[in-house]
Amino acid sequence: MNNLQKNILWVLVALVGASALGGIALNRGESVNALWFITAAVCMYALAYRFYAAWIAAKVLTLDETRATPAERFDNGRDFIPTNKWIVFGHHFAAIAGPGPLVGPTLAAQFGYLPGTLWILIGAVLGGCVQDMVTLFFSTRRDGRSLGQMARDELGPIGGAAALAGTLAIMVILIAVLGLVVVNAMKHSPWATSTVAATIPIAMLVGLYMRSIRPGRVLEGSMIGVILLLLAVMGGGWVDHNETLRGLFDHDGLPLAWAIIAYGFMAAILPVWLLLAPRDYLSTFMKMGTILLLAFAIVLLRPEVKMPALTQFIDGSGPIFGGALFPFVFITIACGAISGFHALIASGTTPKLLANERDIRMIGYGGMLLESFVAIMALVAATVLEPGVYFAINSPAGVVGKEATDAVAKISSWGFPVTVEQMQLLAQQMGEKTLFARTGGAPSLAVGMASIFGSAFGNSMLALWYHFAIMFEAVFILTTLDAGTRVGRFMLQDMLGNVWPKLGETSWMPSVILTSGAVVAAWGYFLYIGVIDPNGGVNILWPLFGIANQMLAAIALCVATGILVKSGKLKHAWITGLPLVWLLTVTTTAAYYKIMSTDVRVGFFAAANDMAAKLAAGVLPPEKAAVAPQLIFNQQLDAWLTLFFVTLLWVIVFDMLRVCCRHLAGKPVPPLSESPHMPSRLVEDYARD
Amino acid sequence: MTVFTRILGKIRTFWEGIRRISGDDAYERYLKQHADRHPAEPALSRAEFFKQWQDGKWKGVKRCC
Repeated sequence: MNNLQKNILWVLVALVGASALGGIALNRGESVNALWFITAAVCMYALAYRFYAAWIAAKVLTLDETRATPAERFDNGRDFIPTNKWIVFGHHFAAIAGPGPLVGPTLAAQFGYLPGTLWILIGAVLGGCVQDMVTLFFSTRRDGRSLGQMARDELGPIGGAAALAGTLAIMVILIAVLGLVVVNAMKHSPWATSTVAATIPIAMLVGLYMRSIRPGRVLEGSMIGVILLLLAVMGGGWVDHNETLRGLFDHDGLPLAWAIIAYGFMAAILPVWLLLAPRDYLSTFMKMGTILLLAFAIVLLRPEVKMPALTQFIDGSGPIFGGALFPFVFITIACGAISGFHALIASGTTPKLLANERDIRMIGYGGMLLESFVAIMALVAATVLEPGVYFAINSPAGVVGKEATDAVAKISSWGFPVTVEQMQLLAQQMGEKTLFARTGGAPSLAVGMASIFGSAFGNSMLALWYHFAIMFEAVFILTTLDAGTRVGRFMLQDMLGNVWPKLGETSWMPSVILTSGAVVAAWGYFLYIGVIDPNGGVNILWPLFGIANQMLAAIALCVATGILVKSGKLKHAWITGLPLVWLLTVTTTAAYYKIMSTDVRVGFFAAANDMAAKLAAGVLPPEKAAVAPQLIFNQQLDAWLTLFFVTLLWVIVFDMLRVCCRHLAGKPVPPLSESPHMPSRLVEDYARD
Repeated sequence: MTVFTRILGKIRTFWEGIRRISGDDAYERYLKQHADRHPAEPALSRAEFFKQWQDGKWKGVKRCC
């Protein structure tokens, strides 16, 4: 293609993208086809990748393809291995894409489809992708060091400690909220519970297969596991129809939460090969397969989005979580737009595999674009549901009432008509007793996916598709839970090792049990409270998770901005500075509301005081009064935790500003820790693998 | 014929990519590298290598939200 043709092509992409986005944004009253979302997203991603990412790579970071990467310099055949860029891309994407981009957009759909869509697209292109790319670049230039180490080297010990504390805190909240999502999906659903339970022995069987029966045959083992998982989905249907068996798997939220807590503890102390590693293989294959299938089904089927562009809940009265559009849509959707957690991956395993610096644009920026696309698909899957159905599934009983008739009356009164018969029919089609009050995003996403898959591949198997989707989400939520508990344990052992070196030994069993127990107890506490909370717990935990995740993103952007300024690139520091300012605004405002708001559904203290007053006045029904003291304590704890997050954030921001000002004033600052330039010996277009 | 071999080549590359990304071929790559670097020492058995490889993989943050 000559230059003129190329230019015309890009102008066309821009025009198509702009009209798709304009169509979505300005449409009122009529339903929009989901294909427009896909078109707008793809065009926007292509433009951003071609122009913005290329400009950052060439002009701001000045990627140097003649420079040897850590993988080349330290090549040891184990963690440092120069690797083909597509393979690195696969590893990186599998690592960053978890359940976050599926849950967040589903919850945020209560504001309508537009706010979520715009934030996912703009946030990713200007924020998340940039964060991932620059973190990957800076870590690559620093021998693959972690975010915490870079914060310590470039800003000082305060920054380093803040990054470490932030990481541990976010891990605890993340695991608790994900556990809650699984509990809400399994509650009184023998089919879902038995299928999810079956994934544990299946993973162990695959682990044994790979370890002892046919050592190292990863693909064989995984294929056997995937087939067994699919059989488990069908077997769950059989359990559901068997009167004696179904009793075994029909449970309230609380026993399920205890089961997950016990499971998490076991997973953390069992050897990785037995449970964690094989489960991870299965979840990665399921995840990739399902995402491809969903993309294929949406394009094939082109469903209509039935949710309005904006709902009345932008004022903060939403049933799923309280809080107005600003700042809460930006907190609710973290993964998919910008996720601080990615900075840990981009400064962890990925930089140790890069064969060449020029791959950074594709892996860092491109990887996040793909995750953003997953978030768009999740949003589509939630918004193709009838809004009444969407709210009936996601609104907690504490908001709309326990009885089905109360719930439908309340939801219909908001202008989203739904009937008891409609919900009963839907539940029956999905093979469930009820779909009311399944807060957390997984069930409504599963219903959305089941109806998309059902219309694309045949409606007769709706129940199977629904439980397939639940199993798929549960499998990789549990993987995140296992892996997160383990990482938390390592971090805790590392910290405690400074006090008593024996505790820092990762293979000393008493320390393993103690630290695993501590981490599990921490997230188990939040999970327990989330389950006993009549408002569904997600209302409390998800915003807390969002604030923590955005705080971590802000820390990563602080480190990056500090390095840019110190390398004499003040003029270009806005590429990370701008998203940083936005995140600071959003996180601080959200934290302010969560602490200070007098709305009991938003402010933690307000909720605690309200409940204390009701308890004192004796107006609470006995079952609520029994748990009220715990809920009051938890609300207060959450308020202090939010305050801790936002304080940590500002500490690191001021630390970064201090370093930048000193540098600009010509005063001494911690020197750039970039490793010296060594010419690459790997020939052009050739990576040794 | 050429089209056929080209398609076959593409499928093979794809399959190799899958094996590489999942770690299915890790032992074969290890053997090759071991022969290059330490030809004198005996190589690990498949089971022994897989044990070390898998334990090494789960030391840091590997999965995200």
